[in-house]
Amino acid sequence: MAAMKFYCDAERCIECNGCVTACKNVNEVPWGVNRRRVVTIKDGEPGERSLSVACMHCADAPCAAVCPVDCFYTTDDGIVLHDKDICIGCGYCFYACPFGAPQFPTDGAFASRGKMDKCTFCAGGPLEDNSSEEFRKYGSNRIAEGKLPACAEMCATKALLAGDADMVSEIYRKRVVNRAQAALGKGVQLRNRNFGSKVDMKGKATN
Amino acid sequence: MKLTKTSDQITQNRNNHSAASAGGGLAMSRRGFLRNSGLMAGGAALATTLTPAMMKKARASASAEAGGSTNEVKTICTHCSVGCGILAEVQNGVWTGQEPAFDHPFNHGGHCAKGAAVREHGHGERRLKYPTKLVNGKWTKISWDQAINEVGDKILQSREQSGPDSVYWLGSAKFNNEQSYLFRKLAAVWGTNNVDHQARICHSTTVAGVANTWGYGAMTNSYNDIHNSKAILMIGANPAEAHPVALQHIFKGKEENNAPLIVIDPRFTRTAAHADHFLRIRPGTDVPVVWGMLWHIFENGWEDKEFIRQRVYGMEEVKKEVAKWTPDEVERVAGVGEAEVRAAARAMADNRPGTFIWCMGGTQHTIGNNNTRAYCTFQLALGNMGVSGGGTNIFRGHDNVQGATDFCILSHSLPGYYGLSGGAWKHWAGVWDLDVEWLKGRFDSASYEQSKGKDVTAMHTKGIPVSRWIDGVLEDKENIAQKDNIKTMIFWGHAPNSQTRGKEMKEAFEKLDTLVIIDPYPTASAIMHDRTDGVYLLPACTQFETYGSVTASNRSLQWRDKVIEPLFESLPDHTIMYKLAKKLGLDGQLCKNIEVKNDEPVIEDITREFNSGMWTIGYSGQSPERMKKQQQNWGNFDYTSLKAEGGPCDGEYYGLPWPCWGTPEMGHPGTPNLYDGSKAVADGGLTFRARFGVERDGVNLLAENFHSKGSSIKDGYPEFTDKLLKKLGWWKDLTADEKAAAEGKNWKTDMSGGIQRVAIKHGCAPFGNAKARTVVWTFPDPVPIHREPLYTSRRDLVEKYPTYEDRKSFYRLPTRYGSIQAKDYSKDYPIILTSGRLVEYEGGGDETRSNPWLAELQQDMFVEIHPRDANNAGVKDGEDVWVEGAEGAKIKVKAMVTRRVAGGVAFMPFHFAGHFEGKDLRSKYPQGSDPIVLGEACNTAMTYGYDSVTQMQETKASLCRITKA
Repeated sequence: MAAMKFYCDAERCIECNGCVTACKNVNEVPWGVNRRRVVTIKDGEPGERSLSVACMHCADAPCAAVCPVDCFYTTDDGIVLHDKDICIGCGYCFYACPFGAPQFPTDGAFASRGKMDKCTFCAGGPLEDNSSEEFRKYGSNRIAEGKLPACAEMCATKALLAGDADMVSEIYRKRVVNRAQAALGKGVQLRNRNFGSKVDMKGKATN
Repeated sequence: MKLTKTSDQITQNRNNHSAASAGGGLAMSRRGFLRNSGLMAGGAALATTLTPAMMKKARASASAEAGGSTNEVKTICTHCSVGCGILAEVQNGVWTGQEPAFDHPFNHGGHCAKGAAVREHGHGERRLKYPTKLVNGKWTKISWDQAINEVGDKILQSREQSGPDSVYWLGSAKFNNEQSYLFRKLAAVWGTNNVDHQARICHSTTVAGVANTWGYGAMTNSYNDIHNSKAILMIGANPAEAHPVALQHIFKGKEENNAPLIVIDPRFTRTAAHADHFLRIRPGTDVPVVWGMLWHIFENGWEDKEFIRQRVYGMEEVKKEVAKWTPDEVERVAGVGEAEVRAAARAMADNRPGTFIWCMGGTQHTIGNNNTRAYCTFQLALGNMGVSGGGTNIFRGHDNVQGATDFCILSHSLPGYYGLSGGAWKHWAGVWDLDVEWLKGRFDSASYEQSKGKDVTAMHTKGIPVSRWIDGVLEDKENIAQKDNIKTMIFWGHAPNSQTRGKEMKEAFEKLDTLVIIDPYPTASAIMHDRTDGVYLLPACTQFETYGSVTASNRSLQWRDKVIEPLFESLPDHTIMYKLAKKLGLDGQLCKNIEVKNDEPVIEDITREFNSGMWTIGYSGQSPERMKKQQQNWGNFDYTSLKAEGGPCDGEYYGLPWPCWGTPEMGHPGTPNLYDGSKAVADGGLTFRARFGVERDGVNLLAENFHSKGSSIKDGYPEFTDKLLKKLGWWKDLTADEKAAAEGKNWKTDMSGGIQRVAIKHGCAPFGNAKARTVVWTFPDPVPIHREPLYTSRRDLVEKYPTYEDRKSFYRLPTRYGSIQAKDYSKDYPIILTSGRLVEYEGGGDETRSNPWLAELQQDMFVEIHPRDANNAGVKDGEDVWVEGAEGAKIKVKAMVTRRVAGGVAFMPFHFAGHFEGKDLRSKYPQGSDPIVLGEACNTAMTYGYDSVTQMQETKASLCRITKA
């Protein structure tokens, strides 16, 4: 049993939107539907950081808890999906979701009768894997093909990670150790990197 | 809230779901498979390598319902110069999928918004679909035959009436190498030097400045080599938006080496957001801040004295100039305090080797060539050159702007930077197997300029640069150093909104006899004027619909395979070139030794032809076969060193980065880092080029006590000629055939490659072993100095740092400097205006603004203004404003109120077009070919100002006024 998760490394995310267009590309998501988007805080100011956000595939998903028609289900991989044939497009999940993941398209096949649409972790939906019907309603099913979500696979700086939570955290742990090791190797303490600080670069001196 | 129970139906489907995938060709259950492949995270590539098996298996299972098999095609992204690998999946001729190329050495599968969206090219809904011409203001469909016939007749008519220089051949950095070469050759056989492309307005000052410092004008190391950097300094560069995948490599250096990341820019860019250290300078003060850093370095003795002694000429003269840039003066001029400047200098001094990165923020100034040489000097002072992890990493713009520059679609040189001298023409006439006298007859035989007191004919004088084509049309012809004005413009893959002075450009468009636009998209050339006739719009296909080689910023050549057949009626550029040449009666000369099939010159033949002539920069060893082999095995190359270990390309560097010396048979591996003496030349090592003589005023210009590994000559030496070989007693090492070819020749002109081969056999660089020079005595400012922009708000600095005097004839045109700066515009136009890129769009933006996946992300043209300036103008965030340039052109854009810019500075992206001075021109596009997003072109409001060596336009420092619309 895997528990599929996304993780976005804010030290690496540069808001290049590669994840956003990768999602559009593989799922042919119509104009106006943003299964994934990059959120930037302190835009243009010291401390600016960006994060790529989509459905987080919560283990105890609030959307599923509130859904009046119970169209959500969790796959064995821990991916939260929904059935558009059951969904009534009420938008209650949108209230419940802490990340603003549910989308309500207004036209195109994705939008047939106002159904909710969201990130599927590139795992399609309840229809036959990689059938044209599945693609039309839910986009691609890369998981069934042994691939991972395109957004993470195509991330320019490898900021966005996706996969089994254990794997993701292992990669991130290694990265953090690398960062610390690099700093410690120079004989300085890992410090908060500040924008435009007046401090001298003391501590980065050659040993 | 559970109003219904979990339905059985879904559970059932879920079961089916597993069953279906098992039945889809997988030998094991899906989950079992995922477990076995390690279920890598998408970001795993950096931490470890992804198993390619994962991707292969996946394809096997994907064909559950697909009709027909899926082909995987390897190609390269067509947007920026990083050169990201792309795996395209094609089914029945349709581009159905795009997969990350995890094993590609440049991007490891990563893409920015543009790269992740290239498959849209396979749809191409907004593309030009067939040839059209403007008849009484209406776009009318015509056939290719009619188009070529009519265009050819118009061109010939211009020639007849106004001479060959009246036709302007504006080429493109979007051509592949073969097309670039063919295009330059076409202009040559047509008989004009009025040929140019985007490099003029992006890195021309880099190429000129850098080549004049140490020999070659290109990025010295590679994106990947930044993994080895101990410090990273960027000035006027915003790779987070312009080269996002470069950040993959920059972050690796930053994180794993604890390399301080220093960003110097007027704007707090998305790159600056990740910097350890940010220096906000006033636009146009690069020289002061670089000299300011050097001031601290010299003051503290942090320079690399031994490196300077061995390999640098003229540092003493630089010191005299640097001494003027005391911390107080730097703060007064550039606006950065002593602590910041010193800290940046200290960080670079303490962490060596460090890399120095720059882009358009440094190049697009009247003193662009001074800026780029100051950067080089800084790296020389620290001994950061010729070393892995160091270097001047100049990020080029378009995917093949490096290649198009190397093939010199430039008004001042023939391919390979051979120049326009008699010797250069003789060399290329030899390669082309053409008679020089015939070529001479193609040119205007009159002289309009003098050099050293002697008349020089048009064949040997620099043509008009693209930045000034409008002056070539509008200027009184008495003032132009050619027979007549430009009468016909051929815009071949070039958006006009990347050039300044929009109002005058509109006028120039209207004054032309004929306007020919050859492009996959209409571009603003089709609509920004009020012409009703005499405009031809011919659909070229993109690089995904043809094949050939492309040179990334790091000098690596990569082979692209054709993904799909040309869409609609579009044709590959080289086919259109051939058709046009045939109409002009030049096909015999253009393709004398190139096979042509159905009007399409065979790409591999073109590659082989340029291989046989490009000795100067080592484009001679990259045969089509070698490039294709590397493409098939790109996974064998190391992510950091770019060297293949084992496999069919064992020992080669990825892309055979030029110089790849000698003939293909010689098997040179390419040169990963320029001027690196720690390797033998045969293994990619190099010295500084002996390009500027052997001594000056009694001072030795050759290297002292320095040589590359394994060199038979243990000191500096000049470039190799037949005479030098004889003097050294190495002539006997040539074969009989080589001897016959090399007699009277040098390393650049010996068509056998023998001189290069023998020099390298003895461990020597064919181009000599010299010092880099920090004093370029042939330039207007031998030691780089600061000069205020033409439109400056700092009137108090004009007297001390004045611009140049006006020039009467410079690239055939009168060029103004002092007469503009003399007038104070800062009262009426108080805000400094600068420009730059957005990640979603590329260049003029027609291609990317037509891609819905990208267009959705940036739907409005905007100007960034500081809250203080916004309040002073009574403007709120999101409101429409007029931005009026100092020459009076006004554009209407949205205000983005942000502290990203400093007070008194405004920024605009330059990718938009389709609105002009407040008017929406959507109705003027050919039906169905209007880009999804239109907007004002920033450059409509940008002003006059050109670099003193290359005519680069000054788009990074001008003045404007912002008012509420």
